[in-house]
Amino acid sequence: MKKVFSRPQSLKQTPFHYCPGCGHSIIHRLVTELIDEMDLRGKAICVPPAGCAVLAYNYFDIDVCESAHGRGCAIATGIKRALPDRFVFTYQGDGDMAAIGTAETIHAANRGERITSIFVNNAVYGMTGGQMAPTTMIGQKTTTSPFGRRSVVEGYPLKITELVAQLDGAAYVVRTSLATPAKVIATKKALRKAFEVQLEGLGYSLVEVLSPCPTNWKVSPVEALRYLEERMEKEYPPGVLKDVTKAAQKKEG
Amino acid sequence: MLHFHGFPRRVPKKDMAAKGKIIIDQSLCKSCELCVTVCPEQAIRIAETFNTKGYHPAEFVVELCRGCGLCATMCPEVAIEVYRG
Repeated sequence: MKKVFSRPQSLKQTPFHYCPGCGHSIIHRLVTELIDEMDLRGKAICVPPAGCAVLAYNYFDIDVCESAHGRGCAIATGIKRALPDRFVFTYQGDGDMAAIGTAETIHAANRGERITSIFVNNAVYGMTGGQMAPTTMIGQKTTTSPFGRRSVVEGYPLKITELVAQLDGAAYVVRTSLATPAKVIATKKALRKAFEVQLEGLGYSLVEVLSPCPTNWKVSPVEALRYLEERMEKEYPPGVLKDVTKAAQKKEG
Repeated sequence: MLHFHGFPRRVPKKDMAAKGKIIIDQSLCKSCELCVTVCPEQAIRIAETFNTKGYHPAEFVVELCRGCGLCATMCPEVAIEVYRG
């Protein structure tokens, strides 16, 4: 029989430290598969966040430059400007990108930096024990909002992907989900397009991936996928929010 | 609290010959059961034995697989290799 699926070459043999059913490791696999398929292994540089994915350098067999909490886009800007022929992407969680790193993210997008950001949104601070994040949904229980998030006290969920989509520097902004195998495959397509946008030099590309966090949502991994599909996708509807490549094609046609 | 018992399943066609197979690296498995849930042929189950991490790993039921690869698409630990042919 022919082998049709195996571990990507750019993914090291190290076992993941993530909890059972975590979405991070699925996204790690998709990214490394794309690096293999697009032959970027020699020129890709990843900027991981502070958060659950802080140990991404243990798994990606490419160059990695760790960033201070939230400063991924700023560091990626520096790397990309110093080495414009490299492929630079940041891998950030919601606490990293939407809380402490909001300014860096918005301004990197507004400057139209030729970098790609992968924004893993699981609506809690995962690494520190499930505290409320800016992306936590109204009514969602976390360790710092034990009765559910209330808009009067804690405000509303921050939709940073929509904010970035309004900026002129952003070229491709998309939100995807990991709830079913079909959506995982769609996520890979979105990541591929975001990578191509950077390689063509069109501008900033952002892929928000809605990801399950069974441990901090206090559900089983299978129930977490259902929660993702029924609850999170209502609050954060997946879809393409901005795509200048399509607009460019229309203008030419 | 949510109660979820898996995605809709088709009835397994047990009379058909197996068209594919998977190899599960049980030492990596963390028993999240996502592969069991997405398998359309119910060709994966959770073993009663333990692996070195202390989880009950997924195990493969040979007859039913058709090599669709949905289990490998969802496996967070990249523990599954898929063969087809």
